[in-house]
Amino acid sequence: MTGQEVAFLILAVIGGIGGLLVVTTRNIVHAALYLVIALASVAAIYLLLAAPFIAFVQVIIYVGAIVVLILFGIMLTRAPVGRLVLDNSVRARVGALVVAAGMFAMLTFFLVRAFGGERIVNRSGTATAALGTSIFRNFVLPFEAVSVLLLAALVGAIVLARRD
Amino acid sequence: MVILAWLIPALPMLAWAVILLAGKRTPGKGAPIGILAIGTGWVLSIAILARVVGGGESFHASTTWAPLSADLVIPIGILVDGLAAVLLFVVTTISLLVQVYSVSYMRGDERYTFFFAKLSLFTSGMLIVVLADNLLMLLVGWEIMGVCSYFLIGHYWEDHANSRAAVKAFLTTRVGDLGFMAGIFVLFWATHSFEIPGIVAAAHSGRLSSGTITLGAVLLFCGAIGKSGQFPLHTWLPDAMAGPTPVSALIHAATMVAAGVFLVARMYPVFEASPAALNEVALIGSLTMLIAALLALVQDDIKRVLAYSTVSQLAYMMAGLGVGGYGAGIFHLFTHAFFKALLFLAAGAIIHSIHTNNMSEMGGLRRVMPWTFATFTIGALSLAGIIPLAGFWSKDEILTQAWRVGYGGGAEGVATSTGVAQVVFVVGVLTAFLTALYVTRMLWLAFGGAYRGQGHPHEADGIMLAPLAVLATGSVVAGVVGSPLVGTDNIGKWISTALLPSEGAVTVNWGLVGSTTLVALLGILAGSALYRRGLPEREYLARIPPLYTLLEHKYYLDDLYEGVFVRAVTGQLAPATYWFDQRVIDGIVNGSALATRRLSRGLRYVQSGQAQWYAAALFVGVVGIAVVVTQVIGR
Amino acid sequence: MRLLYPLVFAAFLFSAGIYGVLARRNAVMVLMSIELMLNAVNVNLIAFNAYLQDKLLSGQVFALFVIAVAAAEVGIGLAIVLLIFRNRETVNIDEVDLLRW
Repeated sequence: MTGQEVAFLILAVIGGIGGLLVVTTRNIVHAALYLVIALASVAAIYLLLAAPFIAFVQVIIYVGAIVVLILFGIMLTRAPVGRLVLDNSVRARVGALVVAAGMFAMLTFFLVRAFGGERIVNRSGTATAALGTSIFRNFVLPFEAVSVLLLAALVGAIVLARRD
Repeated sequence: MVILAWLIPALPMLAWAVILLAGKRTPGKGAPIGILAIGTGWVLSIAILARVVGGGESFHASTTWAPLSADLVIPIGILVDGLAAVLLFVVTTISLLVQVYSVSYMRGDERYTFFFAKLSLFTSGMLIVVLADNLLMLLVGWEIMGVCSYFLIGHYWEDHANSRAAVKAFLTTRVGDLGFMAGIFVLFWATHSFEIPGIVAAAHSGRLSSGTITLGAVLLFCGAIGKSGQFPLHTWLPDAMAGPTPVSALIHAATMVAAGVFLVARMYPVFEASPAALNEVALIGSLTMLIAALLALVQDDIKRVLAYSTVSQLAYMMAGLGVGGYGAGIFHLFTHAFFKALLFLAAGAIIHSIHTNNMSEMGGLRRVMPWTFATFTIGALSLAGIIPLAGFWSKDEILTQAWRVGYGGGAEGVATSTGVAQVVFVVGVLTAFLTALYVTRMLWLAFGGAYRGQGHPHEADGIMLAPLAVLATGSVVAGVVGSPLVGTDNIGKWISTALLPSEGAVTVNWGLVGSTTLVALLGILAGSALYRRGLPEREYLARIPPLYTLLEHKYYLDDLYEGVFVRAVTGQLAPATYWFDQRVIDGIVNGSALATRRLSRGLRYVQSGQAQWYAAALFVGVVGIAVVVTQVIGR
Repeated sequence: MRLLYPLVFAAFLFSAGIYGVLARRNAVMVLMSIELMLNAVNVNLIAFNAYLQDKLLSGQVFALFVIAVAAAEVGIGLAIVLLIFRNRETVNIDEVDLLRW
């Protein structure tokens, strides 16, 4: 059990519990905060997986912007703050549990079958310069497309949400 | 010239199409087209007759219409031998005369054009039967005639009785056709061919088992029984008089009903090879001729008398064929066509002028309609068999043949048993007496005495009289052709083939000639004595109540058929089929619609409108597909 | 480390996200669950990138793009939720079911 693995396991446990609590807690604001924990642990895992730039981007965008956005949404829609029922009926929850468990079982089964014995070779983190070069050399078109997408989302969100 | 024989049926069929499509717009409303077509055929048939009979050559050409498999082909072809040539002449002559007659008789009818179209189609059907060289083609022509007979009998369909008569004719002949088709299949199965020359040769050569031949012959004869109105399928012919009189003259006197006789003659070697079949033909002929003649004695409708007379005379022909008289039977067909068509057309002239068929409303017409009277009398005497008219010679030949086989020690090559031939002779003589009797009755009741009706009788116009004159001439001279005066067995020589050689010289049995003439004269005397003073108070036969009731109800045969078969269909089969159609068939159709509606009513709850429900379904589907693809199919 | 670890973690996050999408009533909660799922996908991508040592770094590039698209999607999603709230005074998505039978 290398140090890397130990570190990963700790982070995975934290992130897993955080994710679990996101979907089960009764308090909506707590759910948003648990989301922060999950996202942050994921960012740390990126660091472990030799993707430092992505980790930073994750923190900035996800934790910084998106969670804030979600909190705004909670406030603006007068979500019931405090201990209140936020879930569907028991029947729906059981069904959802079945589906989720089934999905998890299937995924793990196939993953174990396919990649059971593989190992990740340790290496140093990817240089941001290399990432940048890759984007602007090999993936320029998707990059431009994503920019257009963001522009569209920007305009769309404004148009949708304005009051007139 | 003979090679153009195919035109003879083709032209009337073309005329049918042209008249249907454009007849109403042409001057003459389509009649000239039909007459032109059949007239051309008539000229051709005379040329062919001269060629084939004079030179003794026959013409056979055939090709494949549809090859169904290696050993099953549907052929189409013509066979012009002596028999076909004689029939061609008869059919085209009578057809031409009837069409000319109809120009005047049917004038003013609202379906005038369609009438001529039907006549043309019918004629082409009969000509196909005559010329066909294989049984399938013959069957095609046979059925065309059946259908046209239905249309023509039902010409005045506004009166439901007429349409019922048309349906009765069609269905009754259909019953016979079932046997006919079965016979074709039996013969095909035995010889692997539909071609008539081939089948006939196979039967003659003894290659086929006698059981097969008998079965085939008996089944073929079923078709003849139906078409020619022999017992037990004779019930449709009297009812068929509901059609216009030219129809009765053409179809039910000279052509369609003769098709049955023609069929037996065409396939004669098959019959010759089976004594049982010949006996059956002879016996049915004898029975039919007697019961029909008896029925003719008590009819009031003049057309019904003639209808039963036709049945009786056809039976004569069948009996003649049954005792080995191949030439004699066809000779009688030849002469009968002339005088029976004449009688019908003359009766039509009467009916046209006084608008009734019933002899109880006629009388004294000889003064008002002299020409009709003269021609009718010639036809009637020919029918009764008075020398030297045509009917005498042909009837005499049949009786001579029956005598020879029955009492004269048999004739070589004739397989009929002597007992049967004796029956044929005795019944034939008795029927000759009865024929003369009812013919005389007709003459006295219609033309003698004083007029009993309410109408205004007048002589027919020239267009109707001309065919009468031609047919009267034929009724006189047609017999001369086959009479001993110009050599014996002429018709037999004309229609002889390699397998059915003519007998050549036949000595005339003058004793027989004298006896049969005597019998006919006795009948005339009796008829005159009974009916000279016109219509009796009650029919004479009514003095024998049981016999009279039996005759009045036509031996209860119609009631039997009606009660058993018709009621079984309309009472049981038809309602059952209706129930099946309404409940089962419609049930399936309606049920499928109902099932769809119920299914959709159940399925629509899937669309709950809730996105989470849809998402759940999506994920379940993904899991399912992943499992299926990797586990089940991937293996 | 074994490749399996990050992959199973990603699968777990993904399943948790599915549960959240299907079981939560509040629309914003559903959006949060969707973010969880997207993050799981990203972990998967980065893990494979580390394993395969791709010269093009396509796994990381793709993960970047996923983050960008996720951001856009949250923006639009919240805008829609706001609109629904304005119209119906509720953000419970099981009450927004007009397209039903």
